Amino acid sequence: MRIATGIRRALPRLALAAAVTVFLGAAALAPEAAFAAEPVAAEGAKASAFAPAPTLTTADYPQIRGFNGRIAVWLAAQLHLWFAAFVLAVPIFVFIIEAIGMGTRDERYDRLAYEFIKVSITAYSLTAILGGLLLFFLVIFYPHLFQYLAGIFRESMIWYALLFFAESAILYLYYYGWHWLQGGFAKWVHLTLGLLLNAVGTTLMFLANAWVTFMMSPAGVDAAGVFSGNTWAAIHNALWNPINIHRVVANVAFGGSIVGAYAAYRFLSATTAEQKAQYDWMGYTANFIAISALLPLPFAGYYLTAEIYAYSQQMGITLMGGIFAWLFIIQAVLIGTLFLAANYYLWCGMGRSDGAVRYNRYVKYLAAGIIVAFLVWFTPHTLILTNEELKALGGPYHKILGPLGIMPAKNIAVNAMILFTTLSFLMYRRANKIPTVSWVNAGNATQAALFTAGLLNIFFLGVYHGYFTNTVYKVASSIPQVLTTLAIIVASTVIDTLMYRGAKEVAPLHWGRVSDRSQYALFLLAVAFTWLMGLMGYIRSSLRQHWHVTNVFRDASPDAFTPTLGYAANVVSLGAIIFMALVIFVFWVSQVSARHTTAVGYWKAEPAR
Amino acid sequence: MSHFLKVVAFSLLVIAFFTGFSFFGVPQIEPAPPPKEEAVERGAMTIEQFVALGKKIFDGKGACTLCHNPVGGRAPALERAGIAAVERMKDARYRGAAKSVEEYLYESLVKPSAYVVAGFGKAGTNDTESPMPDASAGSIRLSEAELRAVVAYLQDLSGVEVTVRIPTDAGATAKAQDKPAQRAPAKNAEELIAQFACTACHKIGAQAGGPIGPDLSRIGASRDAAYLRRAILEPNADVPKGFAPGVMPATYGEQLYARELEVLVAYLAALK
Repeated sequence: MRIATGIRRALPRLALAAAVTVFLGAAALAPEAAFAAEPVAAEGAKASAFAPAPTLTTADYPQIRGFNGRIAVWLAAQLHLWFAAFVLAVPIFVFIIEAIGMGTRDERYDRLAYEFIKVSITAYSLTAILGGLLLFFLVIFYPHLFQYLAGIFRESMIWYALLFFAESAILYLYYYGWHWLQGGFAKWVHLTLGLLLNAVGTTLMFLANAWVTFMMSPAGVDAAGVFSGNTWAAIHNALWNPINIHRVVANVAFGGSIVGAYAAYRFLSATTAEQKAQYDWMGYTANFIAISALLPLPFAGYYLTAEIYAYSQQMGITLMGGIFAWLFIIQAVLIGTLFLAANYYLWCGMGRSDGAVRYNRYVKYLAAGIIVAFLVWFTPHTLILTNEELKALGGPYHKILGPLGIMPAKNIAVNAMILFTTLSFLMYRRANKIPTVSWVNAGNATQAALFTAGLLNIFFLGVYHGYFTNTVYKVASSIPQVLTTLAIIVASTVIDTLMYRGAKEVAPLHWGRVSDRSQYALFLLAVAFTWLMGLMGYIRSSLRQHWHVTNVFRDASPDAFTPTLGYAANVVSLGAIIFMALVIFVFWVSQVSARHTTAVGYWKAEPAR
Repeated sequence: MSHFLKVVAFSLLVIAFFTGFSFFGVPQIEPAPPPKEEAVERGAMTIEQFVALGKKIFDGKGACTLCHNPVGGRAPALERAGIAAVERMKDARYRGAAKSVEEYLYESLVKPSAYVVAGFGKAGTNDTESPMPDASAGSIRLSEAELRAVVAYLQDLSGVEVTVRIPTDAGATAKAQDKPAQRAPAKNAEELIAQFACTACHKIGAQAGGPIGPDLSRIGASRDAAYLRRAILEPNADVPKGFAPGVMPATYGEQLYARELEVLVAYLAALK
């Protein structure tokens, strides 16, 4: 126990040390970077205080026996990102849950929010430590790249380090002041701290996103990589906002899934009915958060992809039609896993309600719909065949399955999958309630019409644009399809909420009355999210191919090749296992702090006063 | 503890499944290594080799086939690019400065928006802006010689005359020691004729020669440069009456350096 307490106390200090390292590293290297490559300056660079991107050779990349620089940076970056996503996401929904608790004056929400933030507090220190590790690896293995980036982003790097101090201070005040700032004005102060924590955290992420997206879609530099001096132009590059949006949404989904796994483990280990009920509720809430963010996530992905195409059609085609095309089949398996696991958990959760029996018969249809949609998403366009198979098939595309391989079919599938999940959720909400409003039949008919018309519209748009128009317009249907799906989700939720206002409960919900099997769905969600993030991190980074900074700074290292999917999968899996091990450590530490051991006879008796 | 072990085993199994699927469920494609600038020696290349180089760049480093392919339909097909160029230069929408097919094709590589084929422009630009990048810049960044090679390939692909001259001072990147020993280029046509012993079969100008091939003493009076170039590169394409086909080697296209070929053609064309 003493060890654990010691670790918990030491971690914040280590975090601060890492932040100082980031600060000093950026400050020390940045001035050099501006003049680092003066001898090879391009013509246009002579008038500028900034050097062009250096032209490197293999010898410019330090090698350390027993270490692969790229894998070291890759793992450190990915682990940092996993933890950062978690610790940035948790305060978002902690803030919301705390606000709900204040609004409803239901203390259970406040306790739940505290339990959530407790889980993330230790992870916060690990995030900073891993950030420091990433910085060290970058400086060691890619010194010229770091110098170049620090030359452009030195101001934002300094701000980043300073904001990190602010983030730490607010987080510790928010967490350690939870029980102190209770009631009346003090609670409002605490909630404001939560808001501030999110604002600073999100700003930190946006700054770091600027460095990453600059490497993908550089701006504020000329063709030789000479920086114009306009930091905002470099930050506000073509892919900055799309990545910002995608990461905020994905972080919430990921954070929800990790907290869900924590709750699932606590549920399985619980020894009393009260504990089971508490962690069942926590798991349900975490899953609800994860799914709420998962539903809009494909749309954020569309936006990002569209912006990648707009920035560079070549990059877009490399992403979707080049060597990475097969990665999306793996992604389909992962997303299918996520949707099936999330729905399975909801269906199992209906066991908490005595009224759910009315809806059980619909579950098999929803499961069938989701599986069909998953299979469509999973179907590849081009098949890898032997000559004999090619001859027998009459080409690389299967006559029936081939058309399912293109994007319009996938768009139909993913929208349908989202709508089936929405139906599952609506069914779960209704399971324990009986509406009392007079317009129940009209409301149900409207919802049925809404879903039917919406699905038909999505199907029609996808088929028409996908199979009866020019290639350029093949994905033109995606925006109206997305709008249709969002409209159905919003409209049906509004109708459902109004219809079930003042509804009678069939019986009190039995929190804790859920199978152990369902908890494994929550673990599956967490592992699949983690692995998916790792995989998509690989593709985002690999899109640059043999460039450190697309088109302006060539990667000349021995590792300037794009690894195969199998190679990437190995690294992602290794990273995921390390992450899971660290997360287990974090969960354990968060439990240990609540344990007390009475060491009888260890301490000398206090002298009588 | 048993729950802990079960959860760990379950998580590892899930990770193993995803890894296994990535290995065995999808093909393992080895991505191409980073492209290198193609070495183009000073005149040390035949026009066929130059066209072949253009095809290699078109299919590889140039990344042209990403869009210009019969499946995707993202960019116009180029099988008729050389023929279509003539019509496009007359089109009112043409905003370039090219005067010949070669210039048009070159321009389309470095200023793709000079003419945008209807239906292939960037969304919202009414076909005034091409989504194609400048092939001489950005990640493609073809050298001058590579651009010329692609133009030569496109001309050859379209079935129009390949008018591109191989650049003699661009893109010479390979070091001499990296190359196998090669014949030193001839300084002039006379030296070339001597090196290849053309007079063993032909009478050329004032030089005496054998009767196996046609007399070339005043060949420039009856044949133009294009005919002469073809006669050297493809001697069996048009064999003059009274001479047996297959006698003159058809390998000069591979043996002559591009500059030598042009020097020889110019020399013969001047014999009037």
